[in-house]
Amino acid sequence: MSDIKKIKDEYLNKLDNDLDTESVNQIKTELFGKNGQISNSFKTLGSLPNDERKKFASDLNSIKEELQEKINSKLQEIEIKEINSKLENEKLDVTLPEREIKQGKIHPVSQVIDEISSIFSEIGFSVEEGPDVENEHYNFTALNTPDNHPARDMHDTFYLDNNKEILLRTHTSPVQVRTMLNGKPPFKIIAPGRTYRSDSDQTHSPMFHQVEGLHIDKDINMGHLKGCLNYFIKSFFEVDKIKMRFRPSHFPFTEPSAEVDIGYELKDGKIVIGEGDKWLEILGCGMVHPNVLKNVNVNPDKYQGYAFGIGIDRLGMLKYGINDLRAFFETDYRWLNHFGFDPLDVPSNYRGLSR
Amino acid sequence: MKFTMSWLKDHLETKHKDNQIIDKLTDVGLEVESFENISSELDDFKVAKIINAEQHPNADRLSVCDVDIGQQKIVKVVCGAPNAKKGLLTVYAGPGSVIPKNNMKLTVSKIRGVTSYGMLCSESELKLSDESEGITELKPSKYLDKIGKNFFKNNTEKVVDLSITPNRPDCLGVRGIARDLAAAGAGKLKSISHKNIKKDGSQNIKVSITKDKNQGCTIFASCLIKGVTNKESPKWLKEKIESLGQKPISAIVDITNYVMLDLNRPLHAYDADKIDKEIIVRNSKKGETFEALDNKEYKLDDGMCVISDQSGVLGLGGVIGGTRSGTELETKNILLESAYFIPRSIRKTSKLLNIDTDAKFRFERGIDPQSVELGLQKASQLISEICGGKISNFDIQKIKQYKNLEIKFSTSLFEKITGFKVKENEIIKILKDLGIEVSKKKSELNLKVPSWRPDISQPIDIVEEVVRIKGYENIETIEPKKNRIKDTLNKQQKLFHFLQRSVASKGYFETVTWSFTDSKINNFFKENLKEIRIINPISSDLDVLRNSIFSNLTFYLKKNLDRGFKDISLFEIGPTFKSKQPGEQLTVIGAIKSGKISRLNWNEKDRSVDIFDVKKDLIQTLMEAGYDKQSFFIRDKSPSYYHPGKSGSVYLDKDDIDPVAYFGELHPNIVKKLDIKTEGVVGFEIYLDYLKDTKIKLKDQKLNFEYSDYQKSERDYAFVVDKNYKAQDLIEIISSIDKNLIRSIKIFDIYEGENIPDGKKSIALNVTIQSSEKTLEENDLEKINKLIISTVESKSGAKIRS
Repeated sequence: MSDIKKIKDEYLNKLDNDLDTESVNQIKTELFGKNGQISNSFKTLGSLPNDERKKFASDLNSIKEELQEKINSKLQEIEIKEINSKLENEKLDVTLPEREIKQGKIHPVSQVIDEISSIFSEIGFSVEEGPDVENEHYNFTALNTPDNHPARDMHDTFYLDNNKEILLRTHTSPVQVRTMLNGKPPFKIIAPGRTYRSDSDQTHSPMFHQVEGLHIDKDINMGHLKGCLNYFIKSFFEVDKIKMRFRPSHFPFTEPSAEVDIGYELKDGKIVIGEGDKWLEILGCGMVHPNVLKNVNVNPDKYQGYAFGIGIDRLGMLKYGINDLRAFFETDYRWLNHFGFDPLDVPSNYRGLSR
Repeated sequence: MKFTMSWLKDHLETKHKDNQIIDKLTDVGLEVESFENISSELDDFKVAKIINAEQHPNADRLSVCDVDIGQQKIVKVVCGAPNAKKGLLTVYAGPGSVIPKNNMKLTVSKIRGVTSYGMLCSESELKLSDESEGITELKPSKYLDKIGKNFFKNNTEKVVDLSITPNRPDCLGVRGIARDLAAAGAGKLKSISHKNIKKDGSQNIKVSITKDKNQGCTIFASCLIKGVTNKESPKWLKEKIESLGQKPISAIVDITNYVMLDLNRPLHAYDADKIDKEIIVRNSKKGETFEALDNKEYKLDDGMCVISDQSGVLGLGGVIGGTRSGTELETKNILLESAYFIPRSIRKTSKLLNIDTDAKFRFERGIDPQSVELGLQKASQLISEICGGKISNFDIQKIKQYKNLEIKFSTSLFEKITGFKVKENEIIKILKDLGIEVSKKKSELNLKVPSWRPDISQPIDIVEEVVRIKGYENIETIEPKKNRIKDTLNKQQKLFHFLQRSVASKGYFETVTWSFTDSKINNFFKENLKEIRIINPISSDLDVLRNSIFSNLTFYLKKNLDRGFKDISLFEIGPTFKSKQPGEQLTVIGAIKSGKISRLNWNEKDRSVDIFDVKKDLIQTLMEAGYDKQSFFIRDKSPSYYHPGKSGSVYLDKDDIDPVAYFGELHPNIVKKLDIKTEGVVGFEIYLDYLKDTKIKLKDQKLNFEYSDYQKSERDYAFVVDKNYKAQDLIEIISSIDKNLIRSIKIFDIYEGENIPDGKKSIALNVTIQSSEKTLEENDLEKINKLIISTVESKSGAKIRS
């Protein structure tokens, strides 16, 4: 008994030393190998008298277990240590750049169209579209702008035929005509889209974007028009208060007509919308002319309402501080990257127009 | 329309200050463009300081001065004055200025080899004194803080510039503006004083208006003024003309202009002695010519309204007069014309001949037909006062009577349209102030519209008049209701927005380019479509509507490559045009990718972009939009602008007739012709109009969730097939062997070369086999394995590679 206890103590001590896997395996052999000390001790069992044998066997077993456990844990310990030291050598420079990122961008015009649609969606407008190529009837005549009327000079028109019957729409208003001809009142639509005028300089581009608005019902008056635009402008510029001015003006397809100015001030060379004592013209609007309603088979004695047209590019320029209209359409990669929006930034009612 | 406040006050009695009048103009819808001094030639002379003066390198008596003229840049001026010294304050005139003394216009010039920008002026050159020895010396105490400011005070009266909308011809005369202001409470409209003019004798030049078809003239009034002495206008008249920035010409011309600006009543004065016997107002005959006052010879079409005599055309009525009968300083006898021309006729003639004159602008918008006599009266009176002469009786030829339009107006319409109430007597007052005659009849007003308001024709126009004068600020703001009856976007619009963001999310920059393009580039992409020419393009390289989305994208790809960008991914979603008929357009996404993937990347090897990059973006986009990839079918047919061997088309379903998309490498010839220099150009197009509704909707209940926990097995195969054999077909053959057991098929290698016969290739694939009922045993697996090999071999002619 004292022998095996001695072995036990001796080896437990040995195992407490700093050992490598190999030495632990060596110890394992010394103890439990074919001629190992513990194995040999078991061999002696047979020669022991019965009364001693039982106790010795039990002691021997418990020592064996204790040593085995110690060896296992020692081996585990070494393994962990080895892994740790190996990991120590696997250290990377984590400041190296990640794999290539390709972030796409949404053009400001598209973003602004989505913002506009989101705002008008909340007050019940739906989106309508019309063709870019129009005939002069839908673009002018049906909109109370007969041929040989000087109001036609207000639009520099691109023509596709020598008879000047087919043209690129000069405004989104023909969508009003198409929508009303194809449906029955009430109408409550916006129509964003491309528009074209043969005019090109710093502030004019031969193609630009407009959004048309039309609300026709039995009792829609100028107060509704004012309320709608006030709501829109406040929502669009994400401000609580807006200074707005309605000025009488003239468009052949509305009567009475108005132009709308919003107040702004200049801060560090940038336009700040809302306050200030300067006025900026941003849209034209009015009550749809009875002649237009008649032209689209809507009875002007029963139905009335308003229409408006807003320059989308200009709104975007004001909101996002873009100076040059022409740059919108020049596809400069740097510009698209700078002014573009992340595709996941979808303007919506519930999460807000912008981040 | 320009006028000065003092001119306005000829018609308006007012205590309002200038700025109040300006605000009022805006309030009633007469948009003020500007209110400022008109620029004078004297504005070119600036207070300046010599900040350095050095000896001219090539001339002893000249010095080269650096001059501060209050702008960012210092200008260099060569000066010969002995007193041109550093620190001197003086007067500078820039290039383009006209020196008062000798009317010399300055230019940038080289003086003995040194460029001089403008000049420093002496007092004599400025006509301030006779002092010409040196340049003007200004006292620092008075001028030091005025560097860059005008040296001369601008004494001109401030001019209001209004932008008059085409419906308001009456406001093209100062009186019309005064009337609107008076109605809006900014003063009282003065009445026109009627001095009785002495008329003497008859107008003995016969005037006739022919009964031609579409006769453009309906009234021709005239009088003769005999024995005039045409001369320079008196000071008051010159000042009036000059105050609007116009040049006085002669008393007779100035008077007709003055009456036109004052009352919007155009007149024309003929030298009566140059008229051949009589005046005939008639339609022109094709081929007739005449020389107009702009010194151009015009060849007329038939049907234009001309004023003629027995010898031929004298002028185009209401558009432009002719030189043959023009008045000069020597003119002794004049015939003064005051007429009414029909707007439509004026517009047609001026468009055809491309003439734009002040008279045309006015007649085209509608001149008051009842003002012919007033115009003659006022002008003839002024002419006889200034130039002397005897005025004849007025001769008035009319082929149409103009009666005032009558409108029945119910005041309730006002509230119905504007949403607010104005008392009836206030409405009546506003209308009367605007010159509308009002008589009340029960609940209605009977209105007589003055002849100077051609824009008022129906009750809604009356509403506009009242609300405009009353003020738009009285309209209350009604908060919009937040209810929605109809979906904001329809399916196609939702798809548009979704695809737009889906493509962008794959690393593409969205761009918006013109709907028109360069026909030369369009030709590469138009396939069998007809070119759609723009009759009046903005420039010759934007001369057609685009038949394809790629023309502008490739153009701008090149531009960006030329800017030094290499790896570019661009896309646009927008219209392409099939013909010039409205609606014959498609909505297309075009995406283009150039250069390399992982260029200059420390941990990935770079490679050129290839068609499987764009195929992945395309397929993923379609999948994200809800289309089932399992039923997609790829064909190798594509438009000719793609590489013939490296491009394809995507069908949503094998049986579909139209592909929904194309993808591939851009044709190398086009890349070369467009001079695009990059490692590779690939792209795709999606045709939104051909994308049908997705079969399964998000709102639909999902299929039952089924899965198998039984063991799955994988088997690898390599089949040797013809080189042109499509992998898609192989996959289809295998997957249709047993849809329940064959769960997935992956192609992991394509091999040609050693050990493979010429004209053949090896396709290696991995097939996952799993049952949803049991764990497959070895013999089950062997059975399906054999079936796969035999089916493929028999259906495709492939051989299993051993």
